[in-house]
Amino acid sequence: MTPDHLIVAPILLPLVAGALLLVVERFRPRWQAPVGAGATVALAAIALALAARAAGGEIGVYLVGNWPPPFGIALALDRLAALMVVLTAGVALAALLYALDRWAVSGPHFHAFFQFQLAGLNGAFLTADLFNLFVFFEVLLIASYALLLHAADGRALRAGFHYVVVNLAGSSLFLIAAGLMYGVCGTLSMADLAVRIAAAPTADAGLLRAAGLMLLVVFAVKAALLPLGFWLPDTYGAAPAPVAALFALMTKVGVYAIVRTTTLLFGPDAGPAATLGGTELFVLGVATTALGGLGALAAPRLKGVVAFLVVASAGTLVAAVASGAPQALAGALYYLVHSTLAAAFLFLLVDAIARQRGSAGDGLRSGSPVVQPIALGLAFLVAAIAIAGLPPLSGFIGKLGILGGTVDVPLAPWLWSALLASGLLATIALARAGSRIFWRTHRQAEGPGVATGAVRVGAREALAIGVLGGALVTLTVLAGPAQRYTVATAAQLAEPRGYVESLRGALPVTRRAAAATAGAVEP
Amino acid sequence: MTAWLFASGIGVLTATGVWLLLRARTFDVALGLTLLSYAVNLFVFAMGRIAVASPPIIRPGVPASLAHYADPLPQALALTAIVIGFAMTALVLVLALRAHLAAGADLCDAPAGDARPPTDASAVTRSGHDR
Repeated sequence: MTPDHLIVAPILLPLVAGALLLVVERFRPRWQAPVGAGATVALAAIALALAARAAGGEIGVYLVGNWPPPFGIALALDRLAALMVVLTAGVALAALLYALDRWAVSGPHFHAFFQFQLAGLNGAFLTADLFNLFVFFEVLLIASYALLLHAADGRALRAGFHYVVVNLAGSSLFLIAAGLMYGVCGTLSMADLAVRIAAAPTADAGLLRAAGLMLLVVFAVKAALLPLGFWLPDTYGAAPAPVAALFALMTKVGVYAIVRTTTLLFGPDAGPAATLGGTELFVLGVATTALGGLGALAAPRLKGVVAFLVVASAGTLVAAVASGAPQALAGALYYLVHSTLAAAFLFLLVDAIARQRGSAGDGLRSGSPVVQPIALGLAFLVAAIAIAGLPPLSGFIGKLGILGGTVDVPLAPWLWSALLASGLLATIALARAGSRIFWRTHRQAEGPGVATGAVRVGAREALAIGVLGGALVTLTVLAGPAQRYTVATAAQLAEPRGYVESLRGALPVTRRAAAATAGAVEP
Repeated sequence: MTAWLFASGIGVLTATGVWLLLRARTFDVALGLTLLSYAVNLFVFAMGRIAVASPPIIRPGVPASLAHYADPLPQALALTAIVIGFAMTALVLVLALRAHLAAGADLCDAPAGDARPPTDASAVTRSGHDR
């Protein structure tokens, strides 16, 4: 059997492309955009091929360096990982397309860091090793620091500094937790950890629970859960639009890690660590949802409104995942895809709107009218309906899935109240923002850029916004197939034995075995 | 005794690191992160059990258990963490320096600003009061 090299491709391709882009930037700067875009398109194709393979329910395992399972690092492709990789590639494609017109040329190394960020994201989704997860977190964080500070001024630098320090402190905690896990279990492979945690003696229960809770705290920092998420609105507000769109994925990395660890390591059968942190995560998720709604109402700028809506959606996701109901998990996965696309859509749109309003920017006060009121207004309407979770778009379907999936959960009324209230607050905030920006305008346009029409949305920018809007509509129209996939994903996650066994049973390709099969084929 | 010394060393490093991390100047914060990463590296190293004068390479005739050998994996993990921590420290210092030069003060807390598209760089950012 030949190893399935396609599984490692979503990590290798952006890494190689990023390194290549550094050289290209130095010697052939004009080729950067084609190379970066080509690599991202190829990544999307690979992601779709992987998803087609994972959809059948088979778990693909790739042994990096061909070491036998307990010793080396393994990558695992299940339905959840495939879903995340596809989502990453899709959002990346739109963000890069949007960046090509203006942002990519406003500072150095944009394309290279963009690819490194993709490599880190894909690695975090595909890896089946706890320490390797830490390494890929660092890879994507380093790239995100650089992208955040792309074309930044002094104030953005300060927001960036906060972001870096918070995440570095989180990384330290991650290392302590991973070290503790290794000290107790003697392994860092997630499959082996799942087995050893379940069989751990009661004497180690305290240490295990401490390590597990520390891991969850780290992931909660990434997911911007309530007491740990105050870095997010400032950071996203300071990020350039295509980077903010890509960052819509970053909170989802935290959510993904919470899903992976709570189903695999701290599931109901995990002995001393069974359903570890479930109640705490649920309560914090509900509180984060409510806070996100309130923050959206209070934010003075449109970008801040969107950032708080990202916080709210992350809280909803964590609460739904922590409720432990498989149907809620399926609904949450659908909502995860939707909320990522919707947030990216809005971040790009806000940038286009802010540019056309002269000195008012994305501030929520009356300013000069936008140059293209009908196109931008309609796009804003669609985006607002989607992210607030109103029918008929996919946000409504996602929220319905979460509400319906948590019927049997005792604490569910709290989640329902928070979810519906934050939806109402989001609707009010977005309606107010829309009426201030598009209707309560001064008579004439101000500023030289507006007069000459230099700030109109470029063709590639319009295409990027259209792609994300189209993706949201597609997700709504194809909600049936999409939900079948997420239900199958939740079912696969609820049975971690398959994941554990395919990882522990994976065989390295030895030269002798390869020679034997070759001999068998050609006698 | 070795374990006690090791543990209190990690404790002192963590405590000073956290204290510095909570201060309001970027230089102190960078220093705190460095101390914290030292503590973490030592902690990860200690998770392979502290063994004095025992090699990590298996010799013939000696049973392969942690009683006779040092665990090589935490050493590799600590090495990885050191490399990453070093790069991160450099990045934090550069950031702190640039923020210091841009703002003229070494303070962590200031209102966060908003990144603007390149053509709009001259526009003045105002607070969001309605007219």
